Amino acid sequence: MKSGKEQTADLRWTLQKRMKEVLGRSLHIRHVDSGSCNGCDFEMNTLTNPIYDIQRFGVDFVASPRHADMLMVTGGVTRHLEEALIKTYNAASEPKMVVAIGACACGGGMFGRTYANYGGVDQIVPVYVYVPGCPPRPEAIIEGILLALDRYEELSRNKGENKR
Amino acid sequence: MEKTIKQWLSRMKQQLGNKVRSMEQNGAQETVMLVEKTELPDVCYFLWHEKKGRLFTMVGNDERDIHGFFALYYVFSFDSFRHFITVKTLIDPLDPTFPSVSVQLPAANWYEREVKDLLGLRPQGHPDPRPLILHGDWPEDLHPLRKDFPLDRHAPRVQSRESFMPYDSEDVTEIPVGPIHAGIIEPGHFRFGAVGDTILHLDARLFFTHRGLEKANEGMPLEKALFLAERICGVCALSHSTAFAQAAERLGGVTIPPRAAYLRTLFLELERLYNHIGDVGNICAGFGFAVGVSQGARLKETLQQLNERVAGHRYLRGIIRLGGIRIDITEREKEDIVRTLSYVKKEFQELVDLLFSHDIAMNRMATTGVLSLEHANQLEVVGVAARASGRSVDIRRDQPYAAYDQVSFHVPVYEVGDVLSRVRIRVDEVLESIAIIEQLMHSLPSGDTFTPLPPLPPYRSAMGWCESPRGETVHWLMVGPDQTVYRYRVRSATYSNWPAVPLAVKGNIVPDFPLINKSFELCYACCDR
Repeated sequence: MKSGKEQTADLRWTLQKRMKEVLGRSLHIRHVDSGSCNGCDFEMNTLTNPIYDIQRFGVDFVASPRHADMLMVTGGVTRHLEEALIKTYNAASEPKMVVAIGACACGGGMFGRTYANYGGVDQIVPVYVYVPGCPPRPEAIIEGILLALDRYEELSRNKGENKR
Repeated sequence: MEKTIKQWLSRMKQQLGNKVRSMEQNGAQETVMLVEKTELPDVCYFLWHEKKGRLFTMVGNDERDIHGFFALYYVFSFDSFRHFITVKTLIDPLDPTFPSVSVQLPAANWYEREVKDLLGLRPQGHPDPRPLILHGDWPEDLHPLRKDFPLDRHAPRVQSRESFMPYDSEDVTEIPVGPIHAGIIEPGHFRFGAVGDTILHLDARLFFTHRGLEKANEGMPLEKALFLAERICGVCALSHSTAFAQAAERLGGVTIPPRAAYLRTLFLELERLYNHIGDVGNICAGFGFAVGVSQGARLKETLQQLNERVAGHRYLRGIIRLGGIRIDITEREKEDIVRTLSYVKKEFQELVDLLFSHDIAMNRMATTGVLSLEHANQLEVVGVAARASGRSVDIRRDQPYAAYDQVSFHVPVYEVGDVLSRVRIRVDEVLESIAIIEQLMHSLPSGDTFTPLPPLPPYRSAMGWCESPRGETVHWLMVGPDQTVYRYRVRSATYSNWPAVPLAVKGNIVPDFPLINKSFELCYACCDR
């Protein structure tokens, strides 16, 4: 059986391979904190540390939604961040792959629906992939990116068939 | 000691004369003074200015169901006596106003704006009438922390009452930034008024991640509320869960077993370690020192993997239990901790030597973002930021909890208050934390790790506190008759420290703001709740 370290390494190589197959280029991600406890944010940050280092495989977190293929959203969308999330979503370029990171983003988590919280990203914008966890481990986030690529491939294939 | 506290309290009562209606003991460490609301400013100012009490927290509570009034609690900490004095006043719902104390006691500013937003208790004479917790588009007459406001009610958006500092001169450029920032950072909106490159004034609009956590916790069984408490913040998770558990334990009059206390201390220091080391690395990003960023992130990861091996969670969640701790450690895990920490200590020292011998790094950090001692004292700044400005507060030493009275440690204090001092505090504290853990490892007592909690007395309050990596955090808890949370108020280190950031950035250049901000390393989630 492979060690955890080897499995993580495999995961990243798969990621690179799939990116080339599906997108034919690198993947740019924009982060949106829609009211998280920052745990998920820190795990996303972890992906860029020298241990995981997904930038080496062609994935980067970018400063503007205009440059992003994917939005990673953390938090269950607070009333005060609803507008920011919508604006970011509108500004992102197609295909606007939204990945909900963490229990709060997936369905409200412990906070649920309150006067200040909507309780899940899909209440506000369409979600591509849900990555549960509190917070999800860095490997789970990579897995989430892979699932999003699968979904993108499937959707674009269907789109192609419809055209024909 | 007990006798001196009694003498001290009775002398205080004499000095305050008929301003205090009654004085009663609430647990061993807290005295509650009931005052008329008109006397509030005088009594608070006396305790703060004359008696040198620190404003510890302030809580507003809707107690109309209990006795027909709203209540305000201003809690002052007297570290030398290890005692708290709470000034309590009742407010008639027919006249929901009270005289503001913020002019004399600037640290009360946010607390009073908060009770105005969430409970509709209006501080008269408050210097800043703007909304704080709820943004300007929330209807002015709806107050979510009132008991008759349903938790999941979504209020309509109204015309915004938001405003920022207006500038008359055309030489002042306004630079709006956020709430969504360029990196993976929490949301906040900053409005710089800059003359050229120099910051004249900073207006910060925060509370974007306000999730209504305190209200969500009301009516929850305590075991479940504990889980919510540790989800206030990702990187201070353990400090929050410990503080919450301590509040419940104090309410139940329970002392946790020594082994549980030692283990809590161990994990709290592991939390401080991964935060401080990660922060020192992250501060390097403020001046583009990539080697420092990578080394800090690598060591932080090493420590988080240690957390996972020993506690089962990279952020140390789920290990606290009311009355003790859920996990125990084995001899092998002890060895793992000692081995990992000796490796981290060596590597961290290398990073620090590199950083402190780098001319550009030193140039950027020294004299940047100075927070004066006077401002730190006025605003009751806590944690790393306080100690870097010459304000010696550390709740681990001042009001010990867990097993902090069983270990010896030094609380580093620097005078200058610049970015460099805040980095130095973290560096010194990393070494202190490792030394504390070494002591704990040598003297870890055997025995149980848990004492069951008795039923808690309803409508009484208790506090739990913890020195999180960012500073002192206080949880104020009142339980209802059905053993669920009646009112819960969290005052995090960030809540105390944020108002100091605009003062520290004044006169600095705009490009230094990210560096200054990183040196304070405030979590928005902790603050916004």
